[in-house]
Parts: sequence; C-alpha cells; structure tokens
Amino acid sequence: MIELQAVGKSFGATLAVDELSLTIERGEFVVLIGASGSGKSTTLKMINRLVEHDRGRILFLGQEIRSFKPEQLRRRMGYAIQSIGLFPHWTVARNVAAVPELLGWSTQRIVARVDELLALLGLEPGAYRQRYPSQLSGGQQQRVGVARALAGDPEVLLMDEPFGALDPITRQTLQQELARIHRASGKTIVMVTHDIDEALRLATRIVLLDHGRIVQAGTPAQLLAEPANAFVSDFVGRSDLGLKLLGLQTVAERVRAGENVAGEPVPQTLSLRDALSQFVVRRVDRLPVVDAHGLPAGVIHFADLLQRAP
Amino acid sequence: MAALAIEQGARGFGFVRNRVLCALVVAGVAAALGLAFVTVAPNRLVSGTGITLPGLLVGARALLLLPAAWLMLAVLTPPSRAVHASVTVSGALLLAGLVWLAGDEAAAQSAHLASIARVSLGGGFWVLAVLAWLAAADALQRLGLSPAWRALVHAAALLPLAALLGNGAIDQLSLLKEYANRQDVFNAAALRHGQIVAATLLPALLIGVPLGVAAARSERLARPLFAALNVIQTVPSIALFGLLIAPLAWLGDALPGWGIQGIGLLPAVIALVLYALLPIVHSTASGLRQVPAGAIESATGMGLTAAQRFWNVEVPLALPVLLSGLRVTTVQVIGLAVVAALIGAGGFGALVFQGLASSALDLVLLGVLPVVALAIAADAGLELLGCSLESPGR
Repeated sequence: MIELQAVGKSFGATLAVDELSLTIERGEFVVLIGASGSGKSTTLKMINRLVEHDRGRILFLGQEIRSFKPEQLRRRMGYAIQSIGLFPHWTVARNVAAVPELLGWSTQRIVARVDELLALLGLEPGAYRQRYPSQLSGGQQQRVGVARALAGDPEVLLMDEPFGALDPITRQTLQQELARIHRASGKTIVMVTHDIDEALRLATRIVLLDHGRIVQAGTPAQLLAEPANAFVSDFVGRSDLGLKLLGLQTVAERVRAGENVAGEPVPQTLSLRDALSQFVVRRVDRLPVVDAHGLPAGVIHFADLLQRAP
Repeated sequence: MAALAIEQGARGFGFVRNRVLCALVVAGVAAALGLAFVTVAPNRLVSGTGITLPGLLVGARALLLLPAAWLMLAVLTPPSRAVHASVTVSGALLLAGLVWLAGDEAAAQSAHLASIARVSLGGGFWVLAVLAWLAAADALQRLGLSPAWRALVHAAALLPLAALLGNGAIDQLSLLKEYANRQDVFNAAALRHGQIVAATLLPALLIGVPLGVAAARSERLARPLFAALNVIQTVPSIALFGLLIAPLAWLGDALPGWGIQGIGLLPAVIALVLYALLPIVHSTASGLRQVPAGAIESATGMGLTAAQRFWNVEVPLALPVLLSGLRVTTVQVIGLAVVAALIGAGGFGALVFQGLASSALDLVLLGVLPVVALAIAADAGLELLGCSLESPGR
C-alpha cells in the first residue's frame, strides 16, 4: 500500500529521517513510536506530502507520491492530529462533510455519510450534527476529528498522536473504538504516538524509531519478547515487561472449557493482565469465564498464565 | 478619583444597591444645582447669563422630575431585570425631557427678547444629558440582551429626540438657529465629510488588507512594515497635513492639468489613508495569525488547496478581528477628518474652525455634534455587523 525506500529528510543541518525503509501492507495498523525528535511525525507527514522528502522514494499503491497532486493524494488519505483542528466556524456536520464536498459527492450521499460516521463514532447524529466544536468536550471533538478523517472513505488513515491531549479514560475509550473501526473496516492505519501502551494495544506492527532510523519493527509480542537491543528493552519497559506480555492476550486463549467454578464470572475478552489483577484482588486461583452472550465458557487457572510464552 | 471615592464611600452604605447608578445620580444632582442648564445672551457673540435647572422647573416642566426621581430610587432597589428595564426607559425619557426643556425655555425666552438674542445649552445640560445616557446604557448592558436588540433599543431611545428636532420644538435654541442660518453650508459640510471618510477607507482597505495578509505570511516583511506604519502614526495629524503640502504642490506644478494641489481634498485623503493603514494592516495580520494552527494543518492535511484554505478557513476566522480593526479605523478617520479642514479639505471641521475663529461656541458645536453622532453610529453599525458574523461556535 505504502512503501518508503531509503527515505531521508533534513531540516537545515538537522537530519530528521535517515535512510528509512518501510513497507506498509493493506489493512495493517502500523504505529510509529519513539521519543520526541525521533522523526516519527516527519515520517508520517512525508506520506501525505505535508513534508516533502529529500532523498529516496515513497510509493502509494506502487506510484511515487510526487506523481500525484498533493491535494488529490491527501484526499485519499484521512488525517487526524493531536490538536484536532476542527474548523470552529463550522458545525460538526460541515466539518465532517469537508472532504466529501471536496470530492464532489452529492448532497444526499454526504448527509448520509455524515450521519453514518457520527453514529460510528458514538455521537448521536440528531444531537450533534448542528453543534459547533466549542460546544463539545475534548473527547467528543476528537471523535468528530476521526469521523472527519474517515469521511471521504480514504484508503489510508494517518494519525499524528490523535489521543495525546485527552484524559486517560477518554483516551482508552477512543482507542477501543479505533481498534473496533480498524477491525470492521480493514483500513490501513498509520499512527504516531509516544505512548508504548497505546502502541501495544492498537498496533498490528510497531515501528520503533530513534534519530530518524528504525531501531526495530515487529508485532507487539516480538518487541516485548525479542527486543533487538537494550534501547528497545528500555523503551518498552523492563520492570513491567511480564504484565505487558499478559496484556497482549485475552482470557479466551487460556480458558479450560467444560470446567466450572463458583464466583463472579469474567468475560473471555478480558486481557490476561486484567485477569491477573482479578486473581490477586479476589485471592483465588480459578475464575469462571463467560462468553460474549454471558454463557459459561469454562474456567481460567492462575497457573495457566505461565502456561507458555505468549 | 471622584468615582473611586464614591465607590469606597458606597461600600460603607449598604443600602446602595447599584454603585454605578449612585455615582451617576450624585454627579447629576451636583451638575443640576451647580452648573448653568441654559445661558441667555443678547446676541451670539457675547457670553450670557446662566440659569440652573431648579430655576426652570415650573409648572408642567416639573414632570421631568419623575424619571429623575425613579433613577434615584433605583439606586436603592435590589437589581432585577424589571429595575434595569425601568432605568433604561427612565434614562431615555430624562434625556428627551432635558432636550425638550431646553427647547421650551428657548421658545419662552425668545418670545419676549429681540430676535438676535440667543439661548444656548449650558454645561449643566451637557453633563445631565451624558449622565442620563450613561444610566440608560449601563442598565441596558445589565439587561444582557443580544447585540441586535441592544442596538434596536439604542435607536428607539433616540426617536423622541428626532421627534423634537422634527416638529420644531427646539428650533429657538441657539444651536438650531445657527443651523437654520447655515443650512447650505452644513449640508455641504456633511456631504464633504462623508466623501473624505469614504475616500479614505476604500483605498486604506484596498492597500491595507493585502499588506496585512503579506505581513501575516512573512515575518521579514512584517517587522519593517509595522515599524514604518508606527512612525507615521506618531506624526501629529496637523504636521502630516503640513508635510504633504510641499511635495504635492511641487507635483501639481510638475503635472499641470492633473488637478493636484498642495491643499484641499487630496492631501487630506493621503494623510488619512496613511493613518488608517496601521490599524487595518495590524488587524488583518493579527486576525490571520490567531487562526488556530491545528485548523490550518488539518485543512492542508485533508486536501484543501491553498486558495480553498484561505477563503474557507482563514478568512472567515480572521474576519471578526479585521472588522474590529475597521471599526477603530472608521471612528478614527471620522474624527481626524475634522482636522483636515485646516488644509482646506472642508467637512464639519470647517464649521468647527470657523466657530473657533469667531468665538461662536454654538457654531463649533454644530460641527462637533454631527461628527460625534457619525462616529457613534459607525461604531455601532460595524459592531452589529461583526456580531452578525460571529457564529454561535465562538
């Protein structure tokens, strides 16, 4: 879908991105992570030409991105940023409709699309359509921001620390919604963050950058279990490595079907990390598990958390 | 100082429920008792003898005390919307009553005086009129109406004054006699004043807005530009008018037939445009600079072209600031245009300077009052325009 081939970018004497090569497949959720100044934002912005690359080639669907008009390219890639950047003088509906209008959709199709997206992001269209951004909370504004980025049905969604300014609870809710949207739509998403927990929660592949170079790229489990060097270990965190590993898997993967035990059941979608917490809080070594319909699905044993390397 | 002392004093008087109104009422009583409400003179050039308000309130005229008494009472009344509304109405009624009283007295006096005798408005009238207006405006502010309604109420409050002016009730006042004598001059001055203001604002906008856009885009341009405009702004207006005489006179000699002169309309308009540039360039640039960076980044990122971004995002978000700059500029130009009469540009300033030269205070007022009215009207009109542009989103 997107291919970066030995891409480089300098700002004056500062080397921001250096010989970076990365292939992003259709449907992937790639998270670019690194400390500030690592070149992650620059890399993202080179994909939609908000920043023009100096060296190397960037391909979109096999074509060098410079062969597209910048506006045409950007309209095929949704874009959401930390400061959200809603247009304060436009209603929610008009904000979301911005790209479809640029694309020349019919009014009927735009109205339907706006309502569909507001509903998708958990905003009741009737209540929010005609509001102005200043009448929304930060979390609601970013929901509109994500809806706006998705409005033109883009092939790629680029997100620059989209949840960075939100409080932890709102952030987690929006992360869950984004994960749900990614699973349901199969869109290719490239996200920049400095929050390793966000990366572990959302990414199908994490790309860890430092000084404009890729230090390691791999699945969340690979980064945790097989860190390429000490920098990666430090970045993903040494002290709670085990907890993070447990966080990548759910109870459903360790449940012993057909068993039964008394007590308040836990859902099988619970992460093993949260299950561990439940074991400790309840001072038990077995927990009953229920499936999505609330029907008994078996039992999870404390010892099974150590069963095999996740 | 006085207001502060009253503020502090009022804190000791718990029964005062509206300190602003209290200050206005105290000042009003002092002006009514201490300053001449009208002055009566045998002709327009000598100073006359003053009559204070209490000396005029005989017979039916005493009805004027009703709105005044209500304003005093309202100082002690717990604030509520009804009280604010009644204070607004009382203030407006008092203002109209004061004007009517002065006109009525002038008519009464002129009935048994020679026709060249003059009854002029005194300091007491002006102070009381301003205080009545302030009381009404303050109460109106407290009512918390929308800007459009506020403007409508202001306009309604002026209707009685227009009626008094229209039906001849105040024709015997010296000011109106002065107007009757010079109606042609006055009308020509009004037209010319309007021409000066329009001829200044149009080029100032045409030059200033593009300069402001350029200044917002380029810091390298902005610094020297604002330095130059600031220097112009510090030159006193009379000096600037004077400075333009020599080069324009030379230009007029060099290009005969173009009608360029060192004095008259052209140098006045050039000087006023130079003054108007700073606020217009400044408000354009700061209006564009305060557009949220996130809105611009996301506009670009979602695929708006530079022109679409400018017209759909930057201009609407910068417009309220630009309009408030235009408001300041318009009021400033209306005022400065008075001084332009010194170099023969005409306008209301011609009446003012003629009055000053002949020590005819009413002639000065005949020039000043329409300028004040014009400035207030322009200010209110542009504010209303600005409010109508503000979406509920801001």
